[in-house]
Amino acid sequence: MSSVATLHHADVHGSHDAHHEHHHHETFITKYVFSQDHKMIAKQFLVTGIIWAIIGGLFSVVFRFQLGYPESTFPWMEDIFGHWAAGGKLKPEFYYALVTMHGTILVFFVLTAGLSGTFANFLIPLQVGARDMASPMLNMLSYWFFFLASVIMFASLFIQTGPASGGWTIYPPLSALGDASSGAKLGMDFWLVSMAMFIVSSLLGGLNYITTILNMRTKGMSMTRLPLTVWALFFTAVLGVLSFPVLLSGAILLLFDRNLGTSFYLSDIVVAGKILPNEGGSAILFQHLFWFLGHPEVYIILLPAMGMSSEIISVNSRKPIFGYMAMVGSIFAIAILAFLVWAHHMFVTGLNPFLGSVFVLLTLLIAVPSAIKVFNWLTTLWRANIRFTPAMLFAIGFVSLFISGGLTGIFLGNSALDLHLHDTYFVVAHFHIVMGVASFFGMFAGVYHWFPKMFGRYLNNTLAYIHFWVTIVGAYLIFWPMHYQGLSGMPRRYYDFSGWTSFNMFSGLNEFISFVALIVFCVQLLFVFNFFYSMFKGRKVTDSNPWGSNTLEWTTPINPGHGNWPGEIPEVYRGAYDYAKDGKEFIPQNTPVGDDESTHH
Amino acid sequence: MSTVAMEQRKKIHPHKFTLWVGIGSLLMMFAGLTSAYIVKRNQANWQSFDLPQFFWYSTLAIIASSVTIYLAEKAFKQREMKKYRSLVTATLVLGVLFIVFQLLGFQQLWAKQITLTGNVSYSFMYVIVGLHAAHVVGGLIALIVLFAKAFSTKTRIYNSVPVELVSTYWHFVDVLWIYLLIFLIMIK
Repeated sequence: MSSVATLHHADVHGSHDAHHEHHHHETFITKYVFSQDHKMIAKQFLVTGIIWAIIGGLFSVVFRFQLGYPESTFPWMEDIFGHWAAGGKLKPEFYYALVTMHGTILVFFVLTAGLSGTFANFLIPLQVGARDMASPMLNMLSYWFFFLASVIMFASLFIQTGPASGGWTIYPPLSALGDASSGAKLGMDFWLVSMAMFIVSSLLGGLNYITTILNMRTKGMSMTRLPLTVWALFFTAVLGVLSFPVLLSGAILLLFDRNLGTSFYLSDIVVAGKILPNEGGSAILFQHLFWFLGHPEVYIILLPAMGMSSEIISVNSRKPIFGYMAMVGSIFAIAILAFLVWAHHMFVTGLNPFLGSVFVLLTLLIAVPSAIKVFNWLTTLWRANIRFTPAMLFAIGFVSLFISGGLTGIFLGNSALDLHLHDTYFVVAHFHIVMGVASFFGMFAGVYHWFPKMFGRYLNNTLAYIHFWVTIVGAYLIFWPMHYQGLSGMPRRYYDFSGWTSFNMFSGLNEFISFVALIVFCVQLLFVFNFFYSMFKGRKVTDSNPWGSNTLEWTTPINPGHGNWPGEIPEVYRGAYDYAKDGKEFIPQNTPVGDDESTHH
Repeated sequence: MSTVAMEQRKKIHPHKFTLWVGIGSLLMMFAGLTSAYIVKRNQANWQSFDLPQFFWYSTLAIIASSVTIYLAEKAFKQREMKKYRSLVTATLVLGVLFIVFQLLGFQQLWAKQITLTGNVSYSFMYVIVGLHAAHVVGGLIALIVLFAKAFSTKTRIYNSVPVELVSTYWHFVDVLWIYLLIFLIMIK
């Protein structure tokens, strides 16, 4: 009986291989739009992510104008936003909508879909030696669900009552009651529908990534020979697949509360003088469900950047990554701990102090694997023959930001200190540096490093260096002062601080931060220009392995077709980090082990 | 190619593996809901209630359908297509019966004033049981596809993977229902 079944499997794979030998005719639609090629899907994610990043970044510049120049008016704002900025001054309701959408867009649409979607799709099949994902069809659907989510979220920006404005964390009761604010009306419904589509997209993607890594590796590619990018993307997908469904269940209960009159999160509420019939609900329940996703989400954003930086630092140091197994082990430890620390976002919700101390301990434990990773990056760089390519600079910048932002995490992880720092600019500074900007640096490093593989052309280096230096200096100038503002108690999410004498002393600093934010945003546009210009007009790649890298993606032709390798898939004989071994600069993974080679490989 | 294909043959089929990972993901959704239920139960105003009789009938229906789909998969692999067709039909009928009994159960509850917007415990029950039923409906759609293919005279199918996928998923919703039933009885 089972032999019959195995025979059928062989049939499936036989026909699958044959399918790739002849070049099937592709139309514009199947090649660029409804493509099932993982490389094209990756580019679709990347371009959509870039568009979202521009929108989300622009929103932050607009609300920084309000914070930096609370007394001034900007007539051009009225031209763009109409009644939301009547007289050239943002309305408070719209300020909250901008903050909410900035968070939603950058956390989910850019740094989750744009980052994981791009690089998991692009790198996993190429680096494990597979012709495509386990299910190219589901992979295509993953992009189109993301596209649908994007269209709905984008449409919500044009609703008369405005987009969702209760914060990206959509805490009830603000998000559960349409009467709570203008953004809690139709905008909130659009937000929830869009996020449901987004969750479906990331689950379909995640299933594919996990299956492809565990199931479709080429001959000889054991798990311990995988490049660290693939390990990081693997744990990212595991986190997503296990945590997004919990957010979905939280969102389902919220939908029932909003539309069907249940009371999961609502109790004893008076809106506009009217007593609501809801009773017995608990708003804190939502926070538990939300942060059970929310904290792993931080690592969903961060891990791909860690993996890519590890790979790029090793390649451009011309040295093996220091402590490969420790790197894998620490990612694993981070992934486990990610599920056990969610309540550190909730220290001020009246959490049982004993329970709080358990979460403090678990939170501080994350410092151990994080420190292991930092030491391994630094020891890889130590006495290395470093090539300062733009990708390398961004990878080193990532390490710098991860250290700076990680250290303030130790402050916030202590519940006693968090009571003071919670919901202040200290938190804003912490997570923007360690999660936001650091992951952006990982993403930039990845784009600069793999752009030649994606498009067969190089990005312009001069523009890239300008991009790097302005961005890293700017990031520190924007977020470093915010630590001081937070320590002195300046709360986040406020529309205008000019009314408080205690925060008046920061008006000059706020103006400075807003000014730098504008400059940094403009330099990102320089990157966008470089990206699209180089895609068509950049210097052509002539060497199939321009960085002298060991991993399998550089064994494909310069412009690989669907199926990646024209002939057979290369076999792997060694790990991904044989740099500077036996007097050779680098030894690609598909090079057999020679007789004269030392045993350690 | 032969060596690579040989290596692949020993491994689980990628689509089956994807399904297992997906099942893990679905479990997390229900784990989220049931843990929220446990947390809420320890707070004030929680009212317990008894499950309707019809839920027991639906349990019988879904257990029986698990047996029939197991036999259907076995029949398919032994190429006993006639037996396979009748077993797939039986599974489909039992699946529809499950949904019908669930709806009758909801009706019974509603008649006893146990409504969606009543106590939080009622709301939880409706959402958890309803979400499970939605997943059974998803399985029914897959079963209808298998059913249509089994009775189509145009094509002969030899690939057992789709049958195995539907069967695994169907066992999953069955086991999930039994878990939820025990959960709702034990913890109220």
